[in-house]
Amino acid sequence: MSQPLLEAQGVRALYGDYVALDGVSLAVDEGQFVSIVGPNGAGKTTLVNVLTGLLRPSTGTVRFKGENIAGIGPVKLAALGMARSFQLVNIFPALTVAETIAVAVVSQHGRGFSWWTTLARDRQVTERVAEVADLFGFATKLGLPARTLSQGDKKLLDVASAFALMPHIIVLDEPTSGVSTRDKNTIMETLVGAAKRIGIKAIIQVEHDMDIVFSYSDRIVALHQGRILADSTPEGIRENEQVVATVIGKTHRP
Amino acid sequence: MIRRALLIVALLVGLLVPFLGRDYYATLMLPFFGYGIALLGLNLLFGYTGLLSFGHALFVALGAYVAAFFTTRLGILHLELILFASILTALVVAVPTGLLCVRYVKIYFGMLTLAFGMLFYSFLYKFYHLTGGDEGMRVLRPKLLGQSFESLDKVPFLIGPYYYYSLALLLVAAFVMWRIVRSPFGLCLRSIRENPDKAEYLGVSVRRYRFLAFLIAGLFGAVGGTLLTIPTGLADPLLAYWTHSGNLVFMMLLGGFANFLGPLLGAFVFIFLQDQVMSLTEYWRFVFGAILAIVVIFFPRGLMGLFEGQAGGRG
Repeated sequence: MSQPLLEAQGVRALYGDYVALDGVSLAVDEGQFVSIVGPNGAGKTTLVNVLTGLLRPSTGTVRFKGENIAGIGPVKLAALGMARSFQLVNIFPALTVAETIAVAVVSQHGRGFSWWTTLARDRQVTERVAEVADLFGFATKLGLPARTLSQGDKKLLDVASAFALMPHIIVLDEPTSGVSTRDKNTIMETLVGAAKRIGIKAIIQVEHDMDIVFSYSDRIVALHQGRILADSTPEGIRENEQVVATVIGKTHRP
Repeated sequence: MIRRALLIVALLVGLLVPFLGRDYYATLMLPFFGYGIALLGLNLLFGYTGLLSFGHALFVALGAYVAAFFTTRLGILHLELILFASILTALVVAVPTGLLCVRYVKIYFGMLTLAFGMLFYSFLYKFYHLTGGDEGMRVLRPKLLGQSFESLDKVPFLIGPYYYYSLALLLVAAFVMWRIVRSPFGLCLRSIRENPDKAEYLGVSVRRYRFLAFLIAGLFGAVGGTLLTIPTGLADPLLAYWTHSGNLVFMMLLGGFANFLGPLLGAFVFIFLQDQVMSLTEYWRFVFGAILAIVVIFFPRGLMGLFEGQAGGRG
Protein backbone atom coordinates (compact mmCIF):
# COMPACT_ATOMS: atom_id res chain seq x y z
CA MET A 1 0.00 0.00 0.00
CA SER A 2 1.51 3.29 -1.09
CA GLN A 3 -0.28 5.66 1.22
CA PRO A 4 -2.56 5.40 4.22
CA LEU A 5 -6.29 5.92 3.67
CA LEU A 6 -6.46 8.68 6.25
CA GLU A 7 -3.45 10.43 7.68
CA ALA A 8 -3.04 13.21 10.22
CA GLN A 9 0.42 14.63 10.76
CA GLY A 10 1.56 16.83 13.60
CA VAL A 11 -1.93 18.12 14.30
CA ARG A 12 -2.27 20.90 16.82
CA ALA A 13 -5.67 22.31 17.58
CA LEU A 14 -6.24 25.33 19.79
CA TYR A 15 -9.36 26.81 21.33
CA GLY A 16 -8.07 30.23 22.28
CA ASP A 17 -5.19 29.49 24.64
CA TYR A 18 -6.37 25.99 25.33
CA VAL A 19 -4.47 23.29 23.52
CA ALA A 20 -6.95 20.56 22.60
CA LEU A 21 -4.58 18.55 20.44
CA ASP A 22 -0.85 18.78 20.76
CA GLY A 23 1.11 17.19 17.94
CA VAL A 24 -1.10 14.24 17.07
CA SER A 25 -0.05 12.01 14.19
CA LEU A 26 -2.18 9.12 13.10
CA ALA A 27 -2.40 7.03 9.96
CA VAL A 28 -5.30 4.70 9.29
CA ASP A 29 -4.90 1.98 6.67
CA GLU A 30 -7.42 -0.08 4.79
CA GLY A 31 -8.96 -2.87 6.76
CA GLN A 32 -8.57 -1.29 10.17
CA PHE A 33 -11.13 -0.80 12.92
CA VAL A 34 -9.62 1.92 15.08
CA SER A 35 -11.03 2.96 18.43
CA ILE A 36 -10.10 6.27 19.95
CA VAL A 37 -10.29 6.20 23.74
CA GLY A 38 -9.40 8.56 26.52
CA PRO A 39 -10.84 10.38 29.52
CA ASN A 40 -13.12 13.39 29.14
CA GLY A 41 -11.25 16.39 27.78
CA ALA A 42 -8.55 14.23 26.21
CA GLY A 43 -9.35 15.70 22.79
CA LYS A 44 -11.25 12.80 21.25
CA THR A 45 -14.03 14.87 19.73
CA THR A 46 -11.56 17.50 18.55
CA LEU A 47 -9.53 14.79 16.86
CA VAL A 48 -12.64 13.42 15.17
CA ASN A 49 -13.57 16.93 14.04
CA VAL A 50 -10.11 17.37 12.57
CA LEU A 51 -10.12 13.96 10.91
CA THR A 52 -13.50 14.64 9.32
CA GLY A 53 -12.50 18.01 7.94
CA LEU A 54 -14.89 19.95 10.14
CA LEU A 55 -12.15 21.68 12.10
CA ARG A 56 -9.05 23.07 10.45
CA PRO A 57 -6.05 22.30 12.65
CA SER A 58 -3.87 25.22 13.76
CA THR A 59 -0.83 23.41 12.46
CA GLY A 60 -0.36 20.04 10.83
CA THR A 61 -2.09 18.33 7.94
CA VAL A 62 -4.95 15.89 7.41
CA ARG A 63 -5.06 13.87 4.23
CA PHE A 64 -7.72 11.48 3.07
CA LYS A 65 -6.82 9.35 0.04
CA GLY A 66 -3.91 11.74 -0.44
CA GLU A 67 -6.13 14.82 -0.54
CA ASN A 68 -5.88 17.63 1.96
CA ILE A 69 -9.22 17.72 3.79
CA ALA A 70 -8.47 20.31 6.47
CA GLY A 71 -11.70 22.21 7.07
CA ILE A 72 -13.41 21.10 3.83
CA GLY A 73 -16.76 20.65 5.54
CA PRO A 74 -19.31 17.83 5.55
CA VAL A 75 -20.68 18.04 2.01
CA LYS A 76 -17.33 17.69 0.25
CA LEU A 77 -16.32 15.10 2.81
CA ALA A 78 -19.28 12.94 1.87
CA ALA A 79 -18.47 13.34 -1.81
CA LEU A 80 -14.88 12.22 -1.17
CA GLY A 81 -16.08 9.08 0.54
CA MET A 82 -16.04 9.68 4.25
CA ALA A 83 -19.14 9.44 6.41
CA ARG A 84 -19.70 10.35 10.02
CA SER A 85 -22.28 9.61 12.65
CA PHE A 86 -22.81 11.45 15.89
CA GLN A 87 -22.77 10.82 19.59
CA LEU A 88 -26.26 12.10 20.19
CA VAL A 89 -29.15 10.59 18.29
CA ASN A 90 -29.18 12.42 15.00
CA ILE A 91 -32.15 11.61 12.81
CA PHE A 92 -34.77 13.25 10.62
CA PRO A 93 -37.70 12.82 13.05
CA ALA A 94 -40.56 13.03 10.57
CA LEU A 95 -38.93 11.17 7.70
CA THR A 96 -39.49 7.46 7.41
CA VAL A 97 -36.71 4.92 7.65
CA ALA A 98 -36.72 4.51 3.87
CA GLU A 99 -36.64 8.26 3.29
CA THR A 100 -33.80 8.75 5.74
CA ILE A 101 -31.63 6.23 3.94
CA ALA A 102 -32.80 7.60 0.59
CA VAL A 103 -31.38 11.04 1.42
CA ALA A 104 -27.90 9.53 1.47
CA VAL A 105 -28.49 7.38 -1.61
CA VAL A 106 -29.87 10.33 -3.58
CA SER A 107 -26.93 12.53 -2.70
CA GLN A 108 -24.42 9.78 -3.36
CA HIS A 109 -25.92 9.19 -6.82
CA GLY A 110 -25.90 12.93 -7.52
CA ARG A 111 -29.69 12.96 -7.89
CA GLY A 112 -30.33 15.64 -5.31
CA PHE A 113 -31.20 18.28 -7.86
CA SER A 114 -33.49 16.21 -10.04
CA TRP A 115 -36.81 17.81 -9.26
CA TRP A 116 -39.11 16.28 -11.83
CA THR A 117 -38.59 12.56 -11.32
CA THR A 118 -40.64 10.78 -8.71
CA LEU A 119 -38.43 9.43 -5.99
CA ALA A 120 -40.58 6.39 -5.32
CA ARG A 121 -40.20 5.34 -8.99
CA ASP A 122 -36.43 5.69 -9.08
CA ARG A 123 -35.48 2.01 -9.14
CA GLN A 124 -31.79 2.59 -8.60
CA VAL A 125 -32.49 4.55 -5.43
CA THR A 126 -35.23 2.34 -4.02
CA GLU A 127 -33.22 -0.81 -4.60
CA ARG A 128 -30.18 0.59 -2.84
CA VAL A 129 -32.37 1.81 0.02
CA ALA A 130 -33.84 -1.67 0.40
CA GLU A 131 -30.36 -3.22 0.34
CA VAL A 132 -29.03 -0.96 3.09
CA ALA A 133 -32.21 -1.28 5.16
CA ASP A 134 -31.88 -5.04 4.94
CA LEU A 135 -28.34 -4.98 6.30
CA PHE A 136 -29.53 -3.10 9.35
CA GLY A 137 -32.68 -5.11 9.94
CA PHE A 138 -35.00 -2.34 8.85
CA ALA A 139 -36.71 -4.31 6.09
CA THR A 140 -40.03 -4.36 7.93
CA LYS A 141 -39.72 -0.83 9.28
CA LEU A 142 -39.21 1.07 6.03
CA GLY A 143 -42.43 3.06 6.35
CA LEU A 144 -42.08 4.06 9.98
CA PRO A 145 -41.27 7.66 10.85
CA ALA A 146 -37.82 7.82 12.45
CA ARG A 147 -39.16 9.43 15.61
CA THR A 148 -41.25 6.36 16.40
CA LEU A 149 -38.22 4.02 16.52
CA SER A 150 -36.64 2.74 19.72
CA GLN A 151 -33.51 4.47 20.97
CA GLY A 152 -31.32 1.67 19.67
CA ASP A 153 -32.98 1.70 16.26
CA LYS A 154 -32.57 5.45 16.04
CA LYS A 155 -28.83 5.12 16.55
CA LEU A 156 -28.75 2.30 14.05
CA LEU A 157 -30.68 4.36 11.51
CA ASP A 158 -28.22 7.21 11.94
CA VAL A 159 -25.40 4.78 11.18
CA ALA A 160 -27.35 3.13 8.34
CA SER A 161 -27.87 6.45 6.58
CA ALA A 162 -24.15 7.17 6.87
CA PHE A 163 -23.39 3.71 5.46
CA ALA A 164 -25.75 4.36 2.56
CA LEU A 165 -23.23 6.90 1.29
CA MET A 166 -21.08 3.86 0.46
CA PRO A 167 -18.11 5.57 2.06
CA HIS A 168 -14.54 4.27 2.09
CA ILE A 169 -14.16 5.21 5.68
CA ILE A 170 -16.65 5.90 8.42
CA VAL A 171 -16.13 7.82 11.64
CA LEU A 172 -18.51 6.94 14.43
CA ASP A 173 -18.79 9.12 17.52
CA GLU A 174 -19.94 6.79 20.29
CA PRO A 175 -22.21 4.61 18.17
CA THR A 176 -23.63 2.89 21.24
CA SER A 177 -23.98 5.75 23.70
CA GLY A 178 -27.35 6.01 25.37
CA VAL A 179 -28.51 2.49 24.62
CA SER A 180 -28.73 -0.49 26.93
CA THR A 181 -25.80 -2.88 27.28
CA ARG A 182 -27.74 -5.65 25.61
CA ASP A 183 -28.48 -3.46 22.57
CA LYS A 184 -24.89 -2.28 22.37
CA ASN A 185 -23.62 -5.60 21.12
CA THR A 186 -26.48 -5.95 18.66
CA ILE A 187 -25.64 -2.53 17.25
CA MET A 188 -21.95 -3.34 16.96
CA GLU A 189 -22.54 -6.74 15.35
CA THR A 190 -24.94 -5.20 12.81
CA LEU A 191 -22.56 -2.38 12.13
CA VAL A 192 -19.48 -4.50 11.58
CA GLY A 193 -21.42 -6.97 9.43
CA ALA A 194 -22.87 -4.18 7.30
CA ALA A 195 -19.46 -2.55 6.90
CA LYS A 196 -18.07 -5.78 5.45
CA ARG A 197 -20.98 -6.23 3.07
CA ILE A 198 -20.92 -2.65 1.85
CA GLY A 199 -17.15 -2.68 1.47
CA ILE A 200 -16.21 0.04 3.92
CA LYS A 201 -12.44 0.02 4.09
CA ALA A 202 -11.90 1.39 7.57
CA ILE A 203 -13.87 2.33 10.66
CA ILE A 204 -12.84 4.85 13.27
CA GLN A 205 -14.89 5.11 16.40
CA VAL A 206 -14.80 7.06 19.61
CA GLU A 207 -16.10 4.85 22.39
CA HIS A 208 -16.30 4.93 26.16
CA ASP A 209 -17.46 1.38 26.69
CA MET A 210 -14.21 -0.57 27.09
CA ASP A 211 -15.89 -3.93 26.54
CA ILE A 212 -17.04 -2.76 23.13
CA VAL A 213 -13.64 -1.25 22.39
CA PHE A 214 -11.76 -4.43 23.23
CA SER A 215 -14.20 -6.76 21.48
CA TYR A 216 -14.37 -5.03 18.13
CA SER A 217 -11.27 -2.94 17.44
CA ASP A 218 -8.05 -4.18 16.00
CA ARG A 219 -6.29 -1.02 16.96
CA ILE A 220 -6.74 1.33 19.89
CA VAL A 221 -5.50 4.90 20.08
CA ALA A 222 -5.41 6.25 23.62
CA LEU A 223 -5.52 10.02 23.95
CA HIS A 224 -4.63 11.94 27.06
CA GLN A 225 -4.42 15.72 27.39
CA GLY A 226 -4.27 16.21 23.66
CA ARG A 227 -1.47 13.74 23.01
CA ILE A 228 -1.37 10.15 21.89
CA LEU A 229 -0.50 8.09 24.94
CA ALA A 230 -0.54 4.77 23.17
CA ASP A 231 -1.40 3.41 19.74
CA SER A 232 -1.49 -0.34 19.66
CA THR A 233 -3.45 -3.55 19.32
CA PRO A 234 -5.96 -4.34 22.09
CA GLU A 235 -3.41 -6.76 23.58
CA GLY A 236 -0.74 -4.08 23.55
CA ILE A 237 -3.07 -1.67 25.29
CA ARG A 238 -3.97 -4.20 27.96
CA GLU A 239 -0.31 -4.63 28.80
CA ASN A 240 0.37 -0.92 28.97
CA GLU A 241 0.15 -0.07 32.68
CA GLN A 242 0.13 3.67 32.10
CA VAL A 243 -2.79 3.52 29.71
CA VAL A 244 -4.76 1.19 31.90
CA ALA A 245 -4.27 3.55 34.83
CA THR A 246 -5.10 6.85 33.13
CA VAL A 247 -7.54 5.92 30.42
CA ILE A 248 -9.29 2.73 31.20
CA GLY A 249 -9.34 2.79 34.97
CA LYS A 250 -9.04 -0.09 37.37
CA THR A 251 -12.64 -1.22 37.17
CA HIS A 252 -12.25 -2.03 33.52
CA ARG A 253 -8.99 -3.96 33.80
CA PRO A 254 -9.80 -6.98 31.73
CA MET B 1 -58.84 7.08 -1.20
CA ILE B 2 -60.94 9.57 0.78
CA ARG B 3 -58.47 12.27 -0.04
CA ARG B 4 -58.61 11.49 -3.74
CA ALA B 5 -62.42 11.52 -3.65
CA LEU B 6 -62.47 14.86 -1.86
CA LEU B 7 -60.04 16.22 -4.40
CA ILE B 8 -62.26 15.18 -7.29
CA VAL B 9 -65.31 16.70 -5.61
CA ALA B 10 -63.38 19.92 -5.02
CA LEU B 11 -62.31 19.99 -8.64
CA LEU B 12 -65.86 19.41 -9.88
CA VAL B 13 -67.18 22.15 -7.63
CA GLY B 14 -64.40 24.39 -8.89
CA LEU B 15 -65.42 23.70 -12.48
CA LEU B 16 -69.11 24.28 -11.78
CA VAL B 17 -69.03 27.40 -9.61
CA PRO B 18 -69.54 29.81 -12.55
CA PHE B 19 -72.74 27.96 -13.46
CA LEU B 20 -74.31 28.28 -10.03
CA GLY B 21 -75.77 31.63 -10.95
CA ARG B 22 -74.16 33.30 -7.95
CA ASP B 23 -71.61 35.43 -9.74
CA TYR B 24 -70.41 36.86 -6.49
CA TYR B 25 -69.05 33.54 -5.28
CA ALA B 26 -67.42 32.94 -8.60
CA THR B 27 -65.56 36.24 -8.26
CA LEU B 28 -64.48 35.21 -4.76
CA MET B 29 -62.83 32.15 -6.27
CA LEU B 30 -60.49 34.31 -8.34
CA PRO B 31 -58.30 35.51 -5.47
CA PHE B 32 -58.28 31.92 -4.24
CA PHE B 33 -56.57 30.78 -7.45
CA GLY B 34 -53.93 33.49 -7.16
CA TYR B 35 -53.31 32.97 -3.46
CA GLY B 36 -53.31 29.22 -3.97
CA ILE B 37 -50.37 29.43 -6.36
CA ALA B 38 -48.49 31.90 -4.15
CA LEU B 39 -49.03 29.65 -1.12
CA LEU B 40 -47.79 26.54 -2.91
CA GLY B 41 -44.51 28.43 -3.18
CA LEU B 42 -44.54 29.73 0.39
CA ASN B 43 -45.22 26.25 1.68
CA LEU B 44 -42.31 24.76 -0.25
CA LEU B 45 -40.17 27.18 1.69
CA PHE B 46 -41.78 26.68 5.10
CA GLY B 47 -43.62 23.35 5.16
CA TYR B 48 -40.96 21.48 3.23
CA THR B 49 -37.69 23.36 3.76
CA GLY B 50 -38.37 24.80 7.21
CA LEU B 51 -37.78 28.47 6.36
CA LEU B 52 -40.55 30.87 7.39
CA SER B 53 -40.67 33.92 5.13
CA PHE B 54 -42.41 37.08 6.29
CA GLY B 55 -41.72 38.73 2.97
CA HIS B 56 -43.47 36.51 0.49
CA ALA B 57 -45.79 39.38 -0.43
CA LEU B 58 -42.80 40.97 -2.14
CA PHE B 59 -43.09 38.43 -4.92
CA VAL B 60 -46.86 38.63 -5.04
CA ALA B 61 -46.59 42.41 -5.47
CA LEU B 62 -43.84 41.93 -8.03
CA GLY B 63 -46.10 39.77 -10.16
CA ALA B 64 -48.90 42.32 -9.81
CA TYR B 65 -46.71 45.24 -10.86
CA VAL B 66 -45.31 43.32 -13.81
CA ALA B 67 -48.90 42.84 -14.98
CA ALA B 68 -49.60 46.55 -14.47
CA PHE B 69 -46.42 47.64 -16.18
CA PHE B 70 -46.96 45.38 -19.17
CA THR B 71 -50.62 46.22 -19.73
CA THR B 72 -50.55 49.98 -19.10
CA ARG B 73 -47.00 51.06 -19.90
CA LEU B 74 -45.91 48.64 -22.57
CA GLY B 75 -49.33 47.86 -23.99
CA ILE B 76 -48.55 44.15 -23.99
CA LEU B 77 -51.76 42.33 -23.15
CA HIS B 78 -50.90 38.68 -23.75
CA LEU B 79 -51.21 37.09 -20.31
CA GLU B 80 -48.80 34.29 -21.24
CA LEU B 81 -46.09 36.87 -21.96
CA ILE B 82 -46.92 38.71 -18.74
CA LEU B 83 -46.67 35.51 -16.69
CA PHE B 84 -43.36 34.68 -18.33
CA ALA B 85 -42.11 38.17 -17.52
CA SER B 86 -43.34 37.78 -13.95
CA ILE B 87 -41.34 34.60 -13.57
CA LEU B 88 -38.21 36.20 -15.02
CA THR B 89 -38.59 39.29 -12.85
CA ALA B 90 -39.15 37.15 -9.79
CA LEU B 91 -35.95 35.26 -10.54
CA VAL B 92 -33.99 38.48 -11.05
CA VAL B 93 -35.16 39.69 -7.64
CA ALA B 94 -35.02 36.32 -5.87
CA VAL B 95 -31.40 35.58 -6.82
CA PRO B 96 -29.76 38.44 -4.90
CA THR B 97 -32.28 38.48 -2.03
CA GLY B 98 -32.18 34.69 -1.78
CA LEU B 99 -28.39 34.59 -1.72
CA LEU B 100 -28.48 36.91 1.27
CA CYS B 101 -31.49 35.44 3.07
CA VAL B 102 -30.50 31.78 2.98
CA ARG B 103 -27.35 32.57 4.88
CA TYR B 104 -29.66 32.83 7.88
CA VAL B 105 -32.28 30.59 9.40
CA LYS B 106 -35.24 30.81 11.76
CA ILE B 107 -36.13 34.28 13.02
CA TYR B 108 -33.16 35.89 11.27
CA PHE B 109 -34.32 34.55 7.93
CA GLY B 110 -37.85 35.72 8.71
CA MET B 111 -36.71 39.21 9.66
CA LEU B 112 -34.51 39.56 6.60
CA THR B 113 -37.33 38.54 4.26
CA LEU B 114 -39.58 40.98 6.10
CA ALA B 115 -36.98 43.70 5.57
CA PHE B 116 -36.76 43.03 1.84
CA GLY B 117 -40.54 43.05 1.60
CA MET B 118 -40.72 46.44 3.30
CA LEU B 119 -37.89 47.73 1.15
CA PHE B 120 -39.89 46.84 -1.91
CA TYR B 121 -42.99 48.43 -0.40
CA SER B 122 -41.09 51.67 0.12
CA PHE B 123 -39.82 51.51 -3.43
CA LEU B 124 -43.36 51.11 -4.77
CA TYR B 125 -44.60 53.86 -2.50
CA LYS B 126 -41.89 56.42 -3.17
CA PHE B 127 -40.98 56.02 -6.83
CA TYR B 128 -44.10 57.72 -7.97
CA HIS B 129 -43.18 58.17 -11.62
CA LEU B 130 -42.38 54.54 -12.10
CA THR B 131 -44.97 52.89 -9.87
CA GLY B 132 -47.73 55.42 -9.35
CA GLY B 133 -46.88 55.69 -5.65
CA ASP B 134 -49.77 55.23 -3.25
CA GLU B 135 -52.26 55.33 -6.10
CA GLY B 136 -50.76 52.22 -7.59
CA MET B 137 -51.00 51.26 -11.24
CA ARG B 138 -53.95 50.15 -13.28
CA VAL B 139 -53.99 46.65 -14.68
CA LEU B 140 -55.84 46.32 -17.97
CA ARG B 141 -57.78 43.29 -19.09
CA PRO B 142 -55.27 40.91 -20.65
CA LYS B 143 -55.63 38.66 -23.67
CA LEU B 144 -55.95 34.99 -22.78
CA LEU B 145 -54.26 32.75 -25.36
CA GLY B 146 -54.45 35.63 -27.78
CA GLN B 147 -58.19 36.19 -27.25
CA SER B 148 -59.40 39.52 -25.92
CA PHE B 149 -63.08 38.55 -25.39
CA GLU B 150 -64.18 42.09 -26.24
CA SER B 151 -67.84 41.11 -26.41
CA LEU B 152 -67.86 40.24 -22.71
CA ASP B 153 -68.34 42.77 -19.92
CA LYS B 154 -65.98 42.79 -16.97
CA VAL B 155 -67.78 40.31 -14.73
CA PRO B 156 -68.67 37.78 -17.44
CA PHE B 157 -65.06 37.93 -18.60
CA LEU B 158 -63.74 37.34 -15.10
CA ILE B 159 -66.06 34.51 -14.15
CA GLY B 160 -65.95 33.05 -17.63
CA PRO B 161 -62.71 32.70 -19.56
CA TYR B 162 -60.50 34.21 -16.87
CA TYR B 163 -61.95 31.94 -14.20
CA TYR B 164 -61.04 28.80 -16.13
CA TYR B 165 -57.69 30.21 -17.15
CA SER B 166 -56.84 30.80 -13.48
CA LEU B 167 -58.18 27.43 -12.42
CA ALA B 168 -56.09 25.70 -15.08
CA LEU B 169 -53.03 27.63 -13.98
CA LEU B 170 -53.59 26.64 -10.36
CA LEU B 171 -53.88 23.00 -11.41
CA VAL B 172 -50.69 23.21 -13.44
CA ALA B 173 -48.89 24.93 -10.57
CA ALA B 174 -50.13 22.32 -8.10
CA PHE B 175 -49.05 19.51 -10.41
CA VAL B 176 -45.57 21.00 -10.85
CA MET B 177 -45.24 21.51 -7.10
CA TRP B 178 -46.49 17.99 -6.44
CA ARG B 179 -43.75 16.64 -8.72
CA ILE B 180 -41.18 18.80 -6.93
CA VAL B 181 -42.07 17.65 -3.44
CA ARG B 182 -42.16 13.96 -4.47
CA SER B 183 -38.80 14.20 -6.24
CA PRO B 184 -35.35 13.46 -4.85
CA PHE B 185 -34.93 17.24 -4.64
CA GLY B 186 -38.05 17.45 -2.48
CA LEU B 187 -36.72 14.75 -0.19
CA CYS B 188 -33.50 16.69 0.29
CA LEU B 189 -35.53 19.79 1.19
CA ARG B 190 -37.46 17.84 3.81
CA SER B 191 -34.26 16.41 5.24
CA ILE B 192 -33.01 20.00 5.63
CA ARG B 193 -36.22 20.97 7.44
CA GLU B 194 -35.80 18.02 9.80
CA ASN B 195 -32.10 18.28 10.55
CA PRO B 196 -29.81 20.44 8.43
CA ASP B 197 -26.63 19.31 10.20
CA LYS B 198 -27.27 15.68 9.49
CA ALA B 199 -28.36 16.46 5.93
CA GLU B 200 -24.96 18.05 5.32
CA TYR B 201 -23.15 14.93 6.52
CA LEU B 202 -25.22 12.93 4.07
CA GLY B 203 -23.86 15.13 1.30
CA VAL B 204 -26.76 17.59 0.95
CA SER B 205 -25.41 21.09 0.33
CA VAL B 206 -27.95 22.77 2.55
CA ARG B 207 -27.51 26.37 1.51
CA ARG B 208 -27.80 25.62 -2.20
CA TYR B 209 -31.05 23.72 -1.65
CA ARG B 210 -32.46 26.50 0.50
CA PHE B 211 -31.57 28.97 -2.21
CA LEU B 212 -33.33 26.94 -4.90
CA ALA B 213 -36.40 26.57 -2.69
CA PHE B 214 -36.36 30.35 -2.24
CA LEU B 215 -36.25 30.88 -6.02
CA ILE B 216 -39.09 28.47 -6.68
CA ALA B 217 -41.18 30.03 -3.91
CA GLY B 218 -40.52 33.46 -5.37
CA LEU B 219 -41.63 32.60 -8.86
CA PHE B 220 -44.79 30.87 -7.61
CA GLY B 221 -45.46 34.02 -5.59
CA ALA B 222 -45.08 36.23 -8.65
CA VAL B 223 -47.35 34.07 -10.81
CA GLY B 224 -49.95 34.16 -8.03
CA GLY B 225 -49.58 37.93 -7.79
CA THR B 226 -50.15 38.42 -11.50
CA LEU B 227 -53.34 36.36 -11.37
CA LEU B 228 -54.50 38.13 -8.24
CA THR B 229 -54.26 41.63 -9.62
CA ILE B 230 -56.18 41.17 -12.87
CA PRO B 231 -59.65 40.87 -11.24
CA THR B 232 -59.05 43.95 -9.07
CA GLY B 233 -57.55 45.88 -11.97
CA LEU B 234 -55.10 47.59 -9.67
CA ALA B 235 -51.58 46.94 -8.42
CA ASP B 236 -51.03 48.96 -5.27
CA PRO B 237 -48.16 49.12 -2.81
CA LEU B 238 -50.15 47.49 -0.01
CA LEU B 239 -49.69 44.21 -1.87
CA ALA B 240 -46.06 44.33 -0.70
CA TYR B 241 -46.87 45.53 2.82
CA TRP B 242 -45.87 43.24 5.67
CA THR B 243 -49.47 42.63 6.74
CA HIS B 244 -50.05 41.04 3.35
CA SER B 245 -47.14 38.68 4.01
CA GLY B 246 -48.77 38.06 7.37
CA ASN B 247 -52.02 37.12 5.67
CA LEU B 248 -50.18 34.62 3.50
CA VAL B 249 -48.61 33.03 6.57
CA PHE B 250 -52.05 33.02 8.23
CA MET B 251 -53.60 31.16 5.30
CA MET B 252 -50.80 28.62 5.38
CA LEU B 253 -51.18 28.01 9.13
CA LEU B 254 -54.96 27.94 8.90
CA GLY B 255 -54.96 25.18 6.30
CA GLY B 256 -51.95 23.34 7.71
CA PHE B 257 -48.42 23.62 6.38
CA ALA B 258 -47.60 19.98 7.08
CA ASN B 259 -49.85 18.96 4.24
CA PHE B 260 -49.48 19.55 0.52
CA LEU B 261 -53.07 20.72 0.12
CA GLY B 262 -53.28 22.48 3.48
CA PRO B 263 -52.30 25.94 2.26
CA LEU B 264 -54.83 25.72 -0.59
CA LEU B 265 -57.59 24.90 1.87
CA GLY B 266 -56.31 27.71 4.08
CA ALA B 267 -56.52 30.23 1.24
CA PHE B 268 -60.03 29.09 0.39
CA VAL B 269 -61.32 29.28 3.95
CA PHE B 270 -59.57 32.57 4.60
CA ILE B 271 -61.11 34.27 1.58
CA PHE B 272 -64.66 33.06 2.18
CA LEU B 273 -64.47 33.58 5.92
CA GLN B 274 -63.10 37.09 5.47
CA ASP B 275 -65.95 37.85 3.12
CA GLN B 276 -68.56 36.60 5.57
CA VAL B 277 -67.08 38.11 8.71
CA MET B 278 -66.46 41.47 7.04
CA SER B 279 -70.11 41.72 6.14
CA LEU B 280 -71.10 41.00 9.75
CA THR B 281 -68.75 43.23 11.66
CA GLU B 282 -66.19 45.92 11.07
CA TYR B 283 -64.04 44.25 13.73
CA TRP B 284 -63.25 41.36 11.43
CA ARG B 285 -59.53 41.64 12.22
CA PHE B 286 -60.35 40.92 15.84
CA VAL B 287 -62.25 37.78 14.83
CA PHE B 288 -59.39 36.69 12.60
CA GLY B 289 -56.86 37.28 15.35
CA ALA B 290 -58.87 35.04 17.64
CA ILE B 291 -59.15 32.38 14.94
CA LEU B 292 -55.38 32.45 14.38
CA ALA B 293 -54.75 32.09 18.11
CA ILE B 294 -57.12 29.13 18.33
CA VAL B 295 -55.58 27.44 15.30
CA VAL B 296 -52.03 27.82 16.57
CA ILE B 297 -52.87 26.64 20.10
CA PHE B 298 -55.37 23.86 19.45
CA PHE B 299 -54.86 22.87 15.83
CA PRO B 300 -51.18 23.25 15.08
CA ARG B 301 -51.66 21.03 12.04
CA GLY B 302 -54.32 23.36 10.70
CA LEU B 303 -57.65 22.42 9.17
CA MET B 304 -56.02 19.64 7.18
CA GLY B 305 -54.95 18.13 10.48
CA LEU B 306 -58.64 17.60 11.31
CA PHE B 307 -59.08 15.43 8.22
CA GLU B 308 -55.97 13.42 8.91
CA GLY B 309 -56.73 12.71 12.55
CA GLN B 310 -53.86 11.54 14.69
CA ALA B 311 -52.46 9.05 12.24
CA GLY B 312 -51.25 11.38 9.55
CA GLY B 313 -47.50 11.82 9.54
CA ARG B 314 -45.72 14.88 8.33
CA GLY B 315 -45.15 14.65 4.60
